[in-house]
Amino acid sequence: MKILNGKWSAITVPLLSVMLGLFVGGIIMLVSGYNPFVAYAALFNGIFSNTYVLGETIRQMTPLILSGIAVAFAFRTGLFNIGVEGQLLVGWLASVYVGLQFEGLSPFVHIPLAILAAGVAGAIWAFVPGLLKAKYHVHEVITTIMMNYVALHVVNAIIRTYLLAPGERTEEIHQSASLQSAFLESVTDFSRLHYGIIVAIIGAIIMWFLLWKTSTGYELRAVGFNKYASEYAGINVRRNIILSMVVSGAFAGAAGAMEGLGTYGYMTIMPAFTGVGFDGIAVSLLGANSALGVVLAAALFGGLKIGALNMQSVAQVPTQLVEIVIAMIIFFVASSYLIHWISNRVNKRGKI
Amino acid sequence: MDMMQILQIVIPAAIFSAAPLIFTALGGVFSERSGVVNIGLEGLMLMGAFTGALFTYLGEQWGMGAASPWFSLIVAIIIGALFSLIHAVASISLRADQVVSGVALNFLAAGLAIFLVKKIFDAGQTPIIQERIYKTNVPFLSDIPFIGPLFFSNAYYTSYIAIALAVLVWWVIYKTPFGLRLRSVGEHPMAADTMGINVTKMRYVAVMLSGGFAGLGGAVYATSIAGNFSHATISGQGFMALAAMIFGKWHPLGAMGAALFFGLAQSLSITGQQIPGLKEIPEVYLLISPYVLTILALAGLVGRADAPKAIGQPYEKGKR
Repeated sequence: MKILNGKWSAITVPLLSVMLGLFVGGIIMLVSGYNPFVAYAALFNGIFSNTYVLGETIRQMTPLILSGIAVAFAFRTGLFNIGVEGQLLVGWLASVYVGLQFEGLSPFVHIPLAILAAGVAGAIWAFVPGLLKAKYHVHEVITTIMMNYVALHVVNAIIRTYLLAPGERTEEIHQSASLQSAFLESVTDFSRLHYGIIVAIIGAIIMWFLLWKTSTGYELRAVGFNKYASEYAGINVRRNIILSMVVSGAFAGAAGAMEGLGTYGYMTIMPAFTGVGFDGIAVSLLGANSALGVVLAAALFGGLKIGALNMQSVAQVPTQLVEIVIAMIIFFVASSYLIHWISNRVNKRGKI
Repeated sequence: MDMMQILQIVIPAAIFSAAPLIFTALGGVFSERSGVVNIGLEGLMLMGAFTGALFTYLGEQWGMGAASPWFSLIVAIIIGALFSLIHAVASISLRADQVVSGVALNFLAAGLAIFLVKKIFDAGQTPIIQERIYKTNVPFLSDIPFIGPLFFSNAYYTSYIAIALAVLVWWVIYKTPFGLRLRSVGEHPMAADTMGINVTKMRYVAVMLSGGFAGLGGAVYATSIAGNFSHATISGQGFMALAAMIFGKWHPLGAMGAALFFGLAQSLSITGQQIPGLKEIPEVYLLISPYVLTILALAGLVGRADAPKAIGQPYEKGKR
């Protein structure tokens, strides 16, 4: 039971939680009259059986990596950014706007410019809660939730007023800003896989580098561990809180660019949230707020979401089962106290 | 169009859209006053809306007639309270981060409700219910000049229940021993524990009350406004109720006032087109006003909103 505590717990607790989550999902299927074995087999096949679903899985995980990183980055400074969803929406809009407005640029200029615009938009959106937290001690959870809804309505209003094309959406972006790739599509049996995955991986590396290899990152993490001690050590806590939110928002905005420049190539008037930002919370928690963990967790959740489609067509189990499983995984990760408590009890008695 | 006509459009619509928010915000007051953050209000409301639509439909099938929506409200309270137990167990007993647990509850509710709808009806939404909670004129009161047509005509009984409950909750929280204990657990759990109050039990009760109220709010939304349940039925009302609770400074009557105000903003965004002068204001300003106002309130620009002291912290006996 030693593996459940200490340095291995960052790996064993998430793994155990995933297993428990799938187990609960199985029980729910059993109770509602489905065969969990057939369903999970179909789910698994739906992720790996051919290059098309594999391409779709990677496409699905692309924005999840970036939104997961956004949540994880803020978490490291002790901040809970629930506003990734809103930051993602403004980033999506900004990337599409740049993709539409500039013409005749080389893709090597246009794509980075569009992603940068998305990052800046997301950063500005996250700056507001960061500033309020640093200056007025307003809890960022509430402000980021409120900013999500402001983003949703504002983005829709901007599209409706300035960028409307037939079909309740914007025009298609210029080819020079697009991350879509005929090559990647053809090798994956015409999935919607695009170059965004490279951007996402670069994002994960940037997060790791910023947090662990720079003195700024050291300060950010120090504030996350103990604000008061950091203040005493001469770290400017307020500045780091704002910085952390801004960087987190930039990652979230880039996640929006993946949808805008990659998967869709345009933006629709959103009737509701995309859910990618909220999934980022799950990804970050399961990934223990580390860059590598986030990539792995995004792969798992992206896979589950794509595999769910096959599960529905083969075993008739509604795709929502996967959402239930993801929710249960979060509960188990968040309640890791239970796992630690059990292992401590066992250790104390001297058994195992 | 004179003033009276404008008010007659706006005020009943505001009260009408505010009712589900009032119920849910009152639930939030219970939970957060006891020191447990409840981001899960959205999910609880969603389960309530699902239960409301489902059991009204079942009630119709079972021949309950006009009583079916009222029957569904009671079931929704029970389901909401039971569903909130998950949040209670995770955040109180297992010391999970209360915000994380609330987020997970929202995920779970969204997944579970649609999963069950697909399982039961083999479709993405429940059938449209026939027996809805309809508008009525309150006998006698609606005949009062001026006030009658504004506040007692074309209204839903659920709106009056919401307002009456707000007063009741205020009385419970501020005038009863139970309320004093509830607040003390949220302000200083260790002191409360020393005085012999069972912190864990109080918090469980508070979270389950919030679940019941939010379930009721969701069911009222489904049976009076939506008429069925789909994935889009509850999209942000729970968070708006959370905003109302904060804007109302964690006070039942404040939360009710804020919910009424947010209801007004919502109804203006819909009915604004009929009113001269409001036509020129883009709809988006009305849509975002509840959220912007809440942010301003939290920043201390529209009065100071202070949360209960011990909010968000799990209570560990013997911890210094």
